[in-house]
Amino acid sequence: MSPTESAPAALLTVTGLEKSFGSNRVLQSIDLSVRSGQVVALVGPSGSGKTTVLRCLNGLEAPDGGTVAFRGGPVVDFGAHVSKRDALSLRDRSAMVFQNYNLFPHRTVLENVIEGPVQVQKRPRKEAIADAERLLGRVGLAEKKDQHPFELSGGQQQRVGIVRALALQPDLLLFDEPTSALDPELVGEVLTVIKELAEEDWTMVIVTHELAFAREVADEVVFMDGGVVVEHGHPDQVLRNPVHERTRRFVQRLLNPF
Amino acid sequence: MDWELLRDSFWPIVRGGLTGTIPLSLASFVLGLALALVLALLRISGRRVLSGIARGYISVIRGTPLLVQLFVIFYGLPSIGLVIPPWPSAIIAFSLNVAGYAAEILRAAILSVPKGQWEAGHTIGMSRTLTLRRVILPQAARVSVPPLSNTFISLVKDTSLASLILVTELFREAQQIAAFSQQFMTLYLEAALVYWVFCLVLSSGQSVLEKRLDRYVAH
Repeated sequence: MSPTESAPAALLTVTGLEKSFGSNRVLQSIDLSVRSGQVVALVGPSGSGKTTVLRCLNGLEAPDGGTVAFRGGPVVDFGAHVSKRDALSLRDRSAMVFQNYNLFPHRTVLENVIEGPVQVQKRPRKEAIADAERLLGRVGLAEKKDQHPFELSGGQQQRVGIVRALALQPDLLLFDEPTSALDPELVGEVLTVIKELAEEDWTMVIVTHELAFAREVADEVVFMDGGVVVEHGHPDQVLRNPVHERTRRFVQRLLNPF
Repeated sequence: MDWELLRDSFWPIVRGGLTGTIPLSLASFVLGLALALVLALLRISGRRVLSGIARGYISVIRGTPLLVQLFVIFYGLPSIGLVIPPWPSAIIAFSLNVAGYAAEILRAAILSVPKGQWEAGHTIGMSRTLTLRRVILPQAARVSVPPLSNTFISLVKDTSLASLILVTELFREAQQIAAFSQQFMTLYLEAALVYWVFCLVLSSGQSVLEKRLDRYVAH
């Protein structure tokens, strides 16, 4: 840690993040700070820009402006020219768990998990396999390691997706609506895994519609609407006693959909 | 039907297939496929000029007869001082031609792989090239096997055109024996039969390949 940084510095600091698709301003100056071991839930109506925030952090979208900095890394300013090296260094700090899993269908479960460690991180294959088997065992999928994704249920596929991200040993895990594509009875098994990761002090940013889950697992809830952060804070405060009318309406709607 | 002639000409014709038609087809297909992949990637590169070059090439190849392409290379180029022997001429012409057709097949196959697969490659730290090689192409391969098999089977038959630039292959063998014996019907039907058998073998190879590539997909 450089001496100029205040201790304990946040793992991730985002300031003024902006992103437009054509004339549609999806993100208008987003600030976000995530400490090590913290779980941040991004909630808000669809189209509010939550997913775009995650995608910008992982380099799946290039922001139009703002800065993103990970502890120990460069402050990347998207308002200026961003070198490829800086963009990649950002990308490699986090790993994404996708709504639709996006597993590699032509590879087995084990091969999916070791692909990054072996092909990208150049770790010894044996070591990567041992790690992958341990991680798969932890999410209850040890026996599935030689199967292909299509042979698994959605919940199992998403657990593989989580393990694939974990195997990269990133500083930050990003979850993009990890249970939205699942049948209701399979949601629990995935949320349980995420909760266990939270207890092990993984740092996570989770985009979710599961407010009850957010309240239970998150250290901080960030409510977004229309491309801005409307309010953020402790889950009990944001989800039970929201300050803003927009937050109140959103929470009400999710609690009483009919 | 002259059975004795049929019997005596059978081996020379098959040999023409094994030493001419098949190596010519294989070499042209492999080279053509490599060029096709380059063209397909240019087409989807998003760079106007590169994609325009590929599009122009494909348009010319598909818009002109293969026989004309073959003749331009073998009989045309010598007039500007470029003399290429029969075999290389045939391989060049056929691979350039195959590339034009296969490029569009590969482009469509690559585009058929969901965008999420590119994103998954990205999030585990892969470069675009590595994602293409390890994630996208294996999946595109599966999609492109049936149409590429078509292209290959057409190519096998099209190599008979090489007889017109003096390459000794299946059809040229048949032609020579026919001219000598004056038994045109017998020899040309025999040549047709041998082509057919070759193509039957190829078709069954296609099914095997499809099954192999399909094993990881739900049905």
